Amino acid sequence: MHKYIHDLRVVNKKRINPDYYILELTYSDTLADMFPGQFVEIKVENAPNTFLRRPISIYDVDYDNNILKLLIQIVGEGTNILSYVEPYDYVNLVYPLGNSFSMPENNRILLVGGGCGMAPLLYTAHYFSDFGYTPSILLGAKNNLGIIEPEEFEKYGELHICTEDGSDGTEGYVTQHKLFESPELFDKVYVCGPEPMMKAVAKWTVKHNIHCEVSLENLMACGIGACLCCVQETVNGNLCVCTEGPVFNVKDLLW
Amino acid sequence: MVNLEIDFNGLILRNPVLTASGTFGYGEEFKDFVNLNALGGFIVKGTTLNPRQGNPYPRMAETPKGMLNAVGLQNKGIDEFCNSIYPRIKVYNKNIIVNVSGSNIDEYVECAARINELETIPAIELNISCPNVKQGGMAFGTSCPSAKQVVKEVRKVYKKHLMVKLSPNVTDIVAIAQAVEEEGADSVSLINTLLGMAIDINTQKPKLSTITGGLSGPAIKPVALRMVWQVSKAVKIPICGLGGIMNAGDAIEFMLAGASCVQIGTANFINPSVTTEIINGIYEYCSSKGISDINDIIGKI
Repeated sequence: MHKYIHDLRVVNKKRINPDYYILELTYSDTLADMFPGQFVEIKVENAPNTFLRRPISIYDVDYDNNILKLLIQIVGEGTNILSYVEPYDYVNLVYPLGNSFSMPENNRILLVGGGCGMAPLLYTAHYFSDFGYTPSILLGAKNNLGIIEPEEFEKYGELHICTEDGSDGTEGYVTQHKLFESPELFDKVYVCGPEPMMKAVAKWTVKHNIHCEVSLENLMACGIGACLCCVQETVNGNLCVCTEGPVFNVKDLLW
Repeated sequence: MVNLEIDFNGLILRNPVLTASGTFGYGEEFKDFVNLNALGGFIVKGTTLNPRQGNPYPRMAETPKGMLNAVGLQNKGIDEFCNSIYPRIKVYNKNIIVNVSGSNIDEYVECAARINELETIPAIELNISCPNVKQGGMAFGTSCPSAKQVVKEVRKVYKKHLMVKLSPNVTDIVAIAQAVEEEGADSVSLINTLLGMAIDINTQKPKLSTITGGLSGPAIKPVALRMVWQVSKAVKIPICGLGGIMNAGDAIEFMLAGASCVQIGTANFINPSVTTEIINGIYEYCSSKGISDINDIIGKI
């Protein structure tokens, strides 16, 4: 797959809450084909302590309007300074990067997203929906502020929510949700979120012999397989998350 | 017209811009971003006799104007390089240089001998300066006797251009450069990364699994430039300068300080097309200054 380095124009910036914002970007030509689970490396200008690009999941692609959406959580200087871009500003992207989630074979699929890890799952649900699949989607967060655009997810599947404080949906961790009492409903589970959450879901899928793919977010420099900094230990040795991932079958991980 | 061609002690470079080992993969990772054949050359990932898995994650920490890495020479070994990587990449550029490393002298020698047989590889860069491996690596490059010994033994089996990559983690880099020159090195490249560390104050743990790692990026540029200048005054063999070069202006600084060519390293991580921009920038600089031959600026300081 061809990778590009492009300046994309900011069409809209949507501030969701103090921690999250969405950038809607467009390109002067037709956007490249992008697949669910892939990511971009975005350059942050005028951030004195941010030297490297920031890897950000593809949140959604609207090909009708030629718009790429990124959901960004403010976690440090880079993502904070980037939140000050305005419509008509340009941001520089290296994209699309990494592999993608595998296609489902039927509707017996569950998408589990925790925190900012829900970002790649919107495009995944959207993409699967375009192929006629209706996934079950479970989003988990600390509280209701962390449940981003539930109305978008609802367009593409059957949405379930849980929060640790019970401020939205079921109270507790995602693995305490009632969906986890029915392993017989699913053939494939797709997960992105904090590592303890992904490990808990992975453990459950292994126990019930369900195919499970997780999207990892190891610290990364280049994003294109050159620096070998983002490696994950796997049954096949140290592999770059940026090129061999970010999506891995849990059976290949040494979790 | 500006001449950018450099005769680097027998190695003819179409321009002075190469890429640094460990920052450019095997070249092919960058083919969507760079016309590889337009580079002066590129230096592939540090290669060892046996495959290496490198150090545990985390291996990288961002620092002000730079980054630390502790990759630890992860590579697939010389067999895989010769049998499958080399046939695949050899068409990309006539100056593909292999960075060679080892845990002991025999490994360096065997690896160099194998690469000597590869028809279209015109040079090796002998890495006696990797700070991220327990044995060998930088240990050879931080004392004159050991630097001399490894270069002497490799020189016996390696018949083409032998570049030696020097460590900045020494009291006197000039003495090391002179030592390897005496043993028959055709050129030196400097500098490799500076040994550094970073700590996460929340977890109160080091940011790298190996605690220390190699610092690269613009943070080290003034140190690198100073060392290139010092070495250029003390040796006759040409110098390939590197350390934090981010743009054409930085590259020109290194050449004014005495480097005949440069390597672009960490900058490739931030802008994968940066090498093309630097070549064009050097050309434009010469045009605007009325310089007809890039060789005229080498070592002006």
